[in-house]
Amino acid sequence: MKYIDHHAHMVSRTTDDYQHMALTGCVAVTEPAFWAGWDRSTADGMEDYFRQLTEFEPRRAAQFGVRHYCWLAMNPKESDNRELSREVLKRIPAFLDRPTVLGIGEIGMNRITRNEVATFDEQVELAHAHRQLILIHTPHLEDKLKGTRVSIEVLRRYRSLDPGRVLIDHAEEHTLELILEHGYWAGLTLYPQTKVSPQRAVDMIEQYGPDRICVAGACDWGPSDPIAVPRFVMEMRRRRLPEDLIERVVFENPARFLRQSGKFHVDLEPVAAGT
Amino acid sequence: MTIQSPLDAPALADEYFIENRNRLLELAAFLDRLDRADPTRGSRDFRLRALADALAILAGPGPNYVSQIQELLSDPTTEPIAALDRKSALGAYGGKK
Repeated sequence: MKYIDHHAHMVSRTTDDYQHMALTGCVAVTEPAFWAGWDRSTADGMEDYFRQLTEFEPRRAAQFGVRHYCWLAMNPKESDNRELSREVLKRIPAFLDRPTVLGIGEIGMNRITRNEVATFDEQVELAHAHRQLILIHTPHLEDKLKGTRVSIEVLRRYRSLDPGRVLIDHAEEHTLELILEHGYWAGLTLYPQTKVSPQRAVDMIEQYGPDRICVAGACDWGPSDPIAVPRFVMEMRRRRLPEDLIERVVFENPARFLRQSGKFHVDLEPVAAGT
Repeated sequence: MTIQSPLDAPALADEYFIENRNRLLELAAFLDRLDRADPTRGSRDFRLRALADALAILAGPGPNYVSQIQELLSDPTTEPIAALDRKSALGAYGGKK
């Protein structure tokens, strides 16, 4: 079954991972700008990273027929650094017209500091001013609920911001309803330890239905799985859930959200079951 | 909109019992390991106290075990903190509820 992984940090992965993703049906990935595991010291370094995301990764993915798109932002884990954040934000608009840049992301909070909230607010404002889609990271573990609540509180200050153009990612059982009831899209990220297992993701699809929910692997430099979405597909089949429902969650939903950028081009024709 | 699982309760038990039996034993082994290291540690570490509280939820009648445990482990506040204290989350909330 073909699928779209809307959250994959491919700069941290090998070319073999692109091949495995293609072999398991991946037709497109979208890569949010993120924390490299260490703090970068200059805006120049961040700009080089944006060039990697917009120039090098699309070519690497294309070798296997996978379309590569990206999101640009000051990532949550470095966003407490206000001085660096301001410099990085000044440089983002120059990249927004590039053909594979879908919007601003992943933005959000890590420990929910005052500085992080201020940077998040500025990035929402930037996205809103440039009519960009928004991809939001919600914090891990005990900070997720608070980070989701504070993110939504900031978003709701932008009264003309269409919630249907915002995806709030890393949702779990205690945040999913909050995200959906405000009209946002929700992402379930399948991560071995700190986020959601395929089994729990399927539980949430059964409980809330498939509307405005996408799933992704969020593979990165930590313990993670570039073919997590096919494992979710296998779990859906293990529950005997229908193929058209599976296809909706792993292909049609992300395509529908991402096409709002005007740049995301992947065929929306249905795929026959079992292909 | 909810989706009725095609699997009924006996079918779910047939399909998932063994792997969840294994998870239960892994958790029991973790607690035994902690006891061997220091039998009093569980009462001093806020994460392990949270784990004990979560086990009490599991022993209860439900429903919504996962949401109850997620909320138990979460920071319930909404006020941003003044300054960055660390980069990583710890897995349980150590402050006052």
